[in-house]
Amino acid sequence: MLSIDNLHAHVEGKEILKGINLDVQPGEVHAIMGPNGSGKSTLSTVIAGHEDYEITKGLLSFEGKDISELNADERAHLGIFLSFQYPVEIPGVTVTNFIKTSINETRKGQGLDEMPANVMLKKIKETAKMLEIDSRFLSRSLNEGFSGGEKKRNEIFQMAMLEPKLAILDETDSGLDIDALRIVAHGVNTLKHDNNAVIVITHYQRLLDYIVPDFVHVLHEGQIVKSGSKELAHELEEKGYDWIKQGQ
Amino acid sequence: MELKEKLVASFMAFESEIVEQTLLHEDRNKAIETFEVQGFPNKKMEDWKFTPLKTLLKNDFSVFPKSQKNITLDEVKNYILSDVDTYKIIFVDGIYNSYLSETTHEGVDVCLMSAALSKPKYSSIIERYFNSVADREDSFTALNTAFTKEGAYICVPDNKIVEKPVQIIYFSTGINSTLMLQPRSLIVVGKNAEVQVIERHQSLTSEIVFTNAVTEVFTEEQGQIDFYKIQNDAENSSLIDSTYISQKKHSHAKVHTFSFGGKFIRNNLHFYHRDAAIESTMKGITLVEGKQLVDHHTLVHHAHPNSESHQDYKGIYAGQSKGVFNGKIVVEKEAQKTNAFQQNNNILMDDTVTINTKPQLEIFADDVKCSHGCTIGQLDESAMFYMQARGIPKKEARALLTYAFANNVLASVKIPSVKSRINRLIAKKLGVNLGFNL
Repeated sequence: MLSIDNLHAHVEGKEILKGINLDVQPGEVHAIMGPNGSGKSTLSTVIAGHEDYEITKGLLSFEGKDISELNADERAHLGIFLSFQYPVEIPGVTVTNFIKTSINETRKGQGLDEMPANVMLKKIKETAKMLEIDSRFLSRSLNEGFSGGEKKRNEIFQMAMLEPKLAILDETDSGLDIDALRIVAHGVNTLKHDNNAVIVITHYQRLLDYIVPDFVHVLHEGQIVKSGSKELAHELEEKGYDWIKQGQ
Repeated sequence: MELKEKLVASFMAFESEIVEQTLLHEDRNKAIETFEVQGFPNKKMEDWKFTPLKTLLKNDFSVFPKSQKNITLDEVKNYILSDVDTYKIIFVDGIYNSYLSETTHEGVDVCLMSAALSKPKYSSIIERYFNSVADREDSFTALNTAFTKEGAYICVPDNKIVEKPVQIIYFSTGINSTLMLQPRSLIVVGKNAEVQVIERHQSLTSEIVFTNAVTEVFTEEQGQIDFYKIQNDAENSSLIDSTYISQKKHSHAKVHTFSFGGKFIRNNLHFYHRDAAIESTMKGITLVEGKQLVDHHTLVHHAHPNSESHQDYKGIYAGQSKGVFNGKIVVEKEAQKTNAFQQNNNILMDDTVTINTKPQLEIFADDVKCSHGCTIGQLDESAMFYMQARGIPKKEARALLTYAFANNVLASVKIPSVKSRINRLIAKKLGVNLGFNL
């Protein structure tokens, strides 16, 4: 599904990714862990298609298609979703209207008709219910004045609405208390099936108790230095990142 | 001949043609004198520093439409709100068009200035109100006063709530090239009375046209007016729109100005408080591009205690457009407990845009709350990426952010069909097909 081969990327002239290799197949859950500044967020931003991040070398393809030249919205239309570490506040646009626009623009990009209003409304209701989101929340301005947890829950709400093929969750666990974490994980697990994939980017092993990965990768200084099964996450938790750094 | 001389010369011919002679004779003559002495404003004047008139006034404008053109409803129906029942006062090249209009004298007078000026039954109103709040020293206003002939006349008696909004539309057909129009309107809102007005100047071609409009509004005790100005004129149209509002106790005057089209727009919007406990609201959205210029000059004169004024102007400028905002608030010594708020926020879409924004507060009372804020910035890049990552293409993302930025102003629009019209105009202007209803 997602194939990354020897990927190098620059931002503002500085090389952050220094040869990443990663292969994600449908049905898989991958976790990417690593210390601060290792390039975790850069990797997710590069996959999502931020234009300030320049791919200098390597391949980035999705379902067999080179996506390195596509705009972020075009990548979203292919089914790539990035849950932001720091969701942006957009005053004046309600949660409901934002997701409506997002879905209909995505459908337009996929050559589909707009989603009928009643279908949309029903889906919004059901999704909000699954994520235990209050309906009042939906008429608030997007992320404006939201708590950290509300912002993250709203990201998962959007993910559930958009039903992407590949979801990248960038530090979705940060700012979440244990109840919110459980709700968010429940949402992700409910939506998970054999034809979609999830990349969980996290600092801590905690989230991986709820969203259980098939593979764990450790990122350090712009490279994946270690890959393994979910046990690797426990090992990291025990030994700390110094263990990886020293191994270098 | 320079335009000024031509206009002064035209005045003689104009006055000899006028049917009523007595009522405004003195006002007109004084006004043309003022104009003759002052001439047109120039860049050395503080109020015109950033708004050059030179190019506009180079045109050989004529105040007399030479020919008349009939227009069909089909040609203009797009500019007339039809999904709401309204009174209509419609002019074509400065001349009243009865076929397109719908006036009334039942319970409220919604008719023509020319009728009000010529019929004795209106003379007491004219004598009481006409030219009594307009700035007589302003040369464009004086010029308009001198040539007063036609415009809208709305007089709402005490305790009357006018259910239907009034649309005032000035069309120009382009059959008279370089036409100068000078509509003069008078709106009197009686005690406890209410009226909604929608005004539009619309050229139907790309011929050069210049409108120098003056409107005087009077709100008596507890009177309310809700005034919408839709400025989306054609590319070679210029407008100087001066609106003077005189308010009595507990009255509320609200003016929304939507400046999207036209080459040159100067809005002078003045509120004068004649008593205490008054509310004045002025809001605007400016959305321009190319070489358009939009200048908002507002004035709120707080002269009595316990009054409020709210100003909120949003500007979105692209291309090489120019924006000017000058918000003057005067709080007299007597006007204790005044609350005056002013907000002017601007977004620059391109770095070739020029904006001059200036709050001008003159406060002589000591127990007041006054605040002002001016911002000039760009669209939030991180929000752009966020939206794109959610499948919203760049153009649509930009439109949505722009719309969200201006949304506060739209929220206070009370006539749904005006709101949806403005929504559509914004979407069209931004080149997107988004169903905005945020």
